[in-house]
Amino acid sequence: MKNKRRYINVEHLLSFICFALIIGLWCVLSFGGMVSELFLPSPVAVAKRIVELYKDGSLWANCFESTARVVVGWFWSVVVALPCGMLMANSRKFSAFIQPIIEFARYLPVVALVPLTLLYLGIDETQKYTIIFLGTFFQLVLMVCDTVSGVDANLINAAKTLGAGKWQVYKEVIFPAALPGLMDDFRLTIGWAWTYLVVAEMVAAQNGLGYMILRSQRYLATDTIFAGLILIGLIGLITDFLFRLLTRIVAPWHERLTDK
Amino acid sequence: MEQYRLQAIDLTKVYEDGKKGLVTAIDRVNLEVKDGEFVMIVGPSGCGKTTLINILGGLNTATSGEVLLDGKPVQGPGADRGMVFQGYSLFPWLTVQKNVEFGLKMKKMPKAQRAEQAKKFIDLVGLTGFENALPKQLSGGMKQRVAIARTLANEPEILLMDEPFGALDAQTRVVMQELLADISKKTKTTILFITHDIDEAVLLGDRIYVMSRRPGTIREVLDVNIPGVRSHESLVLPEFLATKKKIMDMLWQESMDAAMDQ
Ligand SMILES: Nc1ncnc2c1ncn2[C@@H]1O[C@H](COP(=O)(O)OP(=O)(O)O)[C@@H](O)[C@H]1O
Ligand SMILES: [Mg+2]
Repeated sequence: MKNKRRYINVEHLLSFICFALIIGLWCVLSFGGMVSELFLPSPVAVAKRIVELYKDGSLWANCFESTARVVVGWFWSVVVALPCGMLMANSRKFSAFIQPIIEFARYLPVVALVPLTLLYLGIDETQKYTIIFLGTFFQLVLMVCDTVSGVDANLINAAKTLGAGKWQVYKEVIFPAALPGLMDDFRLTIGWAWTYLVVAEMVAAQNGLGYMILRSQRYLATDTIFAGLILIGLIGLITDFLFRLLTRIVAPWHERLTDK
Repeated sequence: MEQYRLQAIDLTKVYEDGKKGLVTAIDRVNLEVKDGEFVMIVGPSGCGKTTLINILGGLNTATSGEVLLDGKPVQGPGADRGMVFQGYSLFPWLTVQKNVEFGLKMKKMPKAQRAEQAKKFIDLVGLTGFENALPKQLSGGMKQRVAIARTLANEPEILLMDEPFGALDAQTRVVMQELLADISKKTKTTILFITHDIDEAVLLGDRIYVMSRRPGTIREVLDVNIPGVRSHESLVLPEFLATKKKIMDMLWQESMDAAMDQ
């Protein structure tokens, strides 16, 4: 136990050192005048910009809009992918029916679908959600299917010989057994959802971090671009942390290799 | 005609293996288990023991033949044939108590009654005090105790066990064998137990089916007559040793035949 605590602190320290090194390098490059301010704004300039965004209220507004888009789009992708993936893992027929189209769709570049979504859905929020849904859904279905297929057959057999019916096996065994793996899948896909955010806010958006970054490009406002990137990264870190926490709460029984 | 608790009639299983073509795992196996009997099946590794018990338990389907429970044909798995496997098949997210309650919950038994029934069987396997432990906190022997309690709590017609102590160390195994002998006497549960360990077969069984190597067939049936309570002390009784020798000779002959074939 004692050992473990110390270990975690060393790990935290290493993570911190990594960030410190990058910021240090950034300082050297910009304050040392090695790279022009236009390409690489100084850390101070970016910090100032973030404070400005905070003061004029656009920081929270943009963070909120973008987070809402990511979460709603991702949420629908989870809602549809979860039953689809579970069915795929447990029914050969369903898998044969749906797998080819999913594999096909998985390779379509989401950017190329933007014109169609605009044509079909217009420019409101639904179009943004759809982009994020399309970007994450097809991957997630396959991940869910994989995770569910990996559930120990011994557990399923034990449940059957204890009298569990088909639905009970799903509800009482497959779902709880797969839960830690599913949480990982969800955590990874919400990360990808953030990468599709910029695609979603590329056209016909009036707010959001992706929009802020794209617009800044037009005015060569690199400090704003950096501010936006840092904010997205920070939100990502927080999301990741929350997911790990949530996994520990919903599956406290789960042992990870890194726990040992 | 005498009514058996469990009866296997001409069970044959042929696997279609991509590389090896058709593999006959078991060939026209017939066996009977009477009410309250403790029956052992012993045979060399790979002779089709798991295949056989999974067919009896409904987890695998026979290519031909029939399984009768109390004279009626059965298909698919069910709570009437409880199983304990070699691998620890406890639900890792459930406490000992909830694991043992699992089958009762599937039956929709009311909560309070479920808890009481589970307590009784946790006590029977000697795990009182560990009700709230998670499987990962238990040793291998304790896990198998939970698995046995979980199956017995369901009050199956017959308990099917597939090398349940195979993964345990030698000392723990003897302790578990004594525990099972004791449980079988106390509860009068009908048990069919599969093993490749001759000592285990002779120590526990009222009757022993000896299987041939693959394709598994029933080679012989022996009655075991060991006086007194079965315990580690039985392991040196002349009756024990005589029966053990008989089985060793049969299995020795099997491996000699196997060597000659190659
Ligand atoms: N699903 C399967 N497909 C093909 N062959 C199998 C399959 N399961 C078992 N076998 C083969 O059947 C034989 C008997 O296996 P098994 O019943 O596990 O034996 P035992 O439990 O006695 O060790 C083995 O030769 C094994 O390779
Ligand atoms: Mg086996």
